[in-house]
Amino acid sequence: MSARERIAGNVASYVDDRTGAAAWMKKNLQKVFPDHWSFMLGEIALYSFIILLLSGTFLTFWFDPSMREVVYDGAYVPLQGVEMSAAYASALDISFEVRGGLLMRQIHHWSALIFMASIVVHLMRVFFTGAFRKPREFNWILGIGLLTLGIVEGFLGYSLPDDLLSGTGIRIAHAIIQAVPVVGTFLAFLLFGGEFPGIAFIPRIYTVHILILPGIFLALITVHLMLVWYQKHTQYPGPGRTEKNVVGYSLMPIYMAKAGGFFFIVFGVTAFLGAVASINPLWLYGPYTPGQVTAGSQPDWYMGWLDGLVRMAPPLEPVIFGYTLSLNILIPGLIVPGIIFTGMALYPFIEQWITGDKREHHILDRPRNAPNRTALGVMSLTFMLVALLNGGNDLIATAFDLSINQIMWFSRIGIFVLPPLAFIITKRLCLSLQRADRELVLHGRETGRLVMMPSGEFVEVHEPISAEKAWLLTQHEQNAPLELEESDNRGVRRPGLLKSKLRKRFAVAHAEQVPKPTMNDVREIEHH
Amino acid sequence: MSNEIELIKDPGLPEHKLRQSDVDPKAADRAERQVAILFGLSSLGTIVFIYSYLFIPVDRFIFIPLMGDQNLHQLLLGLGFAAALLFIGLGAVHWAKTLMPDHEVIAHRHELRSPDADREAFVKTAKEGAAAAGLGRRSLIKRSLGLSLGLVGLSPILFLGDLGPTPGNALRTTSWKAGSRLVTDPGDRPIRPEDLEIGAVAQTLPELAPGKDHHSLNDIAKDAVLLIRLRPEEFNLDAERLSWTYQGIIAFSKICSHMGCAVALYEQTTKHLLCPCHQSTFDVTRAAKVIFGPAARPLPQLAITVDAEGFLIAQAPFNEPVGPSFWERSA
Repeated sequence: MSARERIAGNVASYVDDRTGAAAWMKKNLQKVFPDHWSFMLGEIALYSFIILLLSGTFLTFWFDPSMREVVYDGAYVPLQGVEMSAAYASALDISFEVRGGLLMRQIHHWSALIFMASIVVHLMRVFFTGAFRKPREFNWILGIGLLTLGIVEGFLGYSLPDDLLSGTGIRIAHAIIQAVPVVGTFLAFLLFGGEFPGIAFIPRIYTVHILILPGIFLALITVHLMLVWYQKHTQYPGPGRTEKNVVGYSLMPIYMAKAGGFFFIVFGVTAFLGAVASINPLWLYGPYTPGQVTAGSQPDWYMGWLDGLVRMAPPLEPVIFGYTLSLNILIPGLIVPGIIFTGMALYPFIEQWITGDKREHHILDRPRNAPNRTALGVMSLTFMLVALLNGGNDLIATAFDLSINQIMWFSRIGIFVLPPLAFIITKRLCLSLQRADRELVLHGRETGRLVMMPSGEFVEVHEPISAEKAWLLTQHEQNAPLELEESDNRGVRRPGLLKSKLRKRFAVAHAEQVPKPTMNDVREIEHH
Repeated sequence: MSNEIELIKDPGLPEHKLRQSDVDPKAADRAERQVAILFGLSSLGTIVFIYSYLFIPVDRFIFIPLMGDQNLHQLLLGLGFAAALLFIGLGAVHWAKTLMPDHEVIAHRHELRSPDADREAFVKTAKEGAAAAGLGRRSLIKRSLGLSLGLVGLSPILFLGDLGPTPGNALRTTSWKAGSRLVTDPGDRPIRPEDLEIGAVAQTLPELAPGKDHHSLNDIAKDAVLLIRLRPEEFNLDAERLSWTYQGIIAFSKICSHMGCAVALYEQTTKHLLCPCHQSTFDVTRAAKVIFGPAARPLPQLAITVDAEGFLIAQAPFNEPVGPSFWERSA
C-alpha cells in the first residue's frame, strides 16, 4: 500500500467513523444515469446558476445600490460631470475601472440569458417527452416555480444599474403594480417608499436580487435535484430499456468527468461570450430620468413576450362605480400570464384527469406518440412567439421597413388565430409521423434500388429494418380513451354530466392514434 | 392462427461495441496525449489571463476586423479566462469518452410507493402521536394555539407598514401652478413663443421653486411637459382647449397615460406623438387623442399663455392626474 493510499484511507476512515458515510457513498457513486444530449439542458441551467452566483458575488464587491446623487468623474469621458445615482456611477466604475469588471458584468448578464434559455428548453424537453408524469408532478411544479422566479430575478438584475433603459423597465413595472384594483396605489407607494421613482426601490430590489431570491433558488434547486436523484432519471425508449430499469453509465467515473467537464465548458463558453460579445452597454444609455427614454426600448428576451402582450392590448380602461379599472394593463400584464403559468403548473394533473392514468412512467414518450400533448405544447409556444415578436415590433418595423401598425394588427389577430392553427397542424403532423413509422415497420426501409420486373414494372426494393429499430417504433402503449359511464346501472344519469362529457371529449381527442403495427400485421404482410 | 394480438418483441440491449481505444493501445495512447494537450491549452489560457491582468493597461485599444475597436485588456483577459475554463472541460469530456469504461450498466428501478405494512405503521404512529398530544380531546388548546399563531402571523404585515407612506393626494398634484413659467429641460431657461419655430418641439419643466437648485426625479416624473408648435389653423380643438394653446403652441404632459414612459417621439409630418415603450400614438391636432395602441386616455393638456414679460406660463395646474391610471383616479 502506497503512502498516498494510506493517508487517503485514514482520512476516509476518520470521516466514516463519525458519519457512517461509506455505505451511502458506495451506493451513490455507482448510481446509474441514462445518457442523452437533451438531459444536459437542465445541467446547463444548473451550471449557469453557479456561474451567476460566482460572477454576481464579484459584482457585489464594487456595486453600490444607492440612489445618492453623485457627479460622475470616472474614466468614461462622455459622462464626466453628469449627475447620476451612485448605483449607475458604480456600474460604470465596474465597467471601466475595475480590472475584469466589464468581463464579469458581461459574463453575469450572458449567463442570466443562458440560464433562462436553458430553463425554457429544458421545460420543453420535459413537456414534449411526458417526463412530468407520475411520479414527477411535484418536480414539474418546482420547475415552473424556478422559471417564474428566474424571470423576476432577471428583471430585477438588469433594473439595478439605474440606467435610462432599466429605469424605463421599472417605470413599466410600477405602472403594472399601480394598476392592481383597489390596493394598487397603496402597494406602489409601499414598494417604492413613496412616489415613483423615489430613492428606496433600487436598494430594496438589491436585497431581493442578491439575497432573498438566490436563497429561494438554492433551496428549490436542491429539492429539484434531490428528487431527480431519488426518483431516478427517466430514459428514452429503446431496446433493453423498460419501466423497471435504468440503462446508462455510473456516476463514478463517467458522469463525474462528463458533468464536471461540462460545467467548465458552459463556464468557458459564457466567458467567451463575455469577452467578445458586448451586452447591455449601459454607458450608452446615460442615467435614468423619467422625462427621457431611449427609442427601441426592449426588455431582455424572457420578458419580451409580456411586453408584446402589453403592446397589443386594446385600449380598455372602464370606469366602474367611479373607480378606474386598467384592463389594458391588467389583462396582458397580470391576468394572461397568471393563466399561462397556472395552466402550466397544473398540466400534469389535467392530463392525468383526461387519461385516468395513475401509473408511474419512467420511459419517455416520443413526442409524435402523444399527438394531443405535442400539439398543445406547440400551440402554447406559438402564442408566446407571436407575443414575443410583437414585443420587438418597433425593431422589426425599423429593420424590414414595415408599418408598426400593421405588425401590431397582425399580432392582435395572430395571437387568436395562429395558436389553434398550430395545434391542428402539429396534431396532423404527429399522426402522419406515426403512419410513417408504421410503414417503416411493415414495409421496411426504402433502399433507393429500383428493379425492373419481368412485366416491365419498376419497383423499389425495401429492406426490413433492424429488430432494435422496430422495437423503438412500436414499444409505446396505445390505450383506448377512458370509458366513462354516463348513467349508473339503474339508468339514472350521473351528477356532473357536463364535466364528464367534457372529460370524455378530451379523452377521445387525447387517445387519437394511428394503430401501431403488431406481429400479426407483420405476419400478414409476409403471407402476401 | 390465433386472433390474439402479439406485440413486436424487445430484442434486448444491443451488443456492446468496442472503441478504437479499447482495442488498440496506440489509439489509447493517442487519446491520452490529446487529453493532455487540451489540459495544456487550459494552462496556456490562464497564462494569457494573468499576463493581460498585470501588463496590459485597461485603456489599450486595438482594431480587429469585423469587431471594430476593442479594448485589448478586456478582450485578452476574457479570452484567456474562457480558454482556461473551456479546455479543462473539453479535456475531461474527451477523457471520459475515449478512455473511461463505456459499458452500459443496468440498474433496477423500484416502485416509489412504500409497502402497505409501512404505510399502515406510519398512520398508526401518527395517530398515536396525535392522540398522545391530546389534539383531538383538548380543543381549548387547539383553538387558542390557532388563534395565537394566526395573530402572530399578522406581525410581519405590520412590521412592513413603514415601507412607504399612504398615497394621499400625491398622484393628483404636480409642481405646475397658475403662472408657473415653462423652462427648458435641461438649462432651466424661460421660453418665449418666438423661440419655437413652427414644427418645433421642446421639453420643459416648471421653473424651480425659490430655494431649490435642481429638479428631483420625483418631480420630473410628473412635471415633464412637451411643447409643440403648429400653425394655429392646423388644430382641430373645441373652444376651451383652443384657449389653452398660445399662438399655435400646445403643451402636453410628456408622461404617457398608459404606463408612464416618456412620450418622446414626435412625427412632424403626421403631427403624431408616439410612445416608444408600447407604441401608443396620440394626435397632437386633436388634443392628443389616442389614435393607436394600448393607451386609453389622451395625454393631459396644460393650459398655457404668456406673462407680462412675454414668457410662456401655465394658465392653471393640470386639470387631471398625469401619468398612468390608478384605481382611485376618477373617484
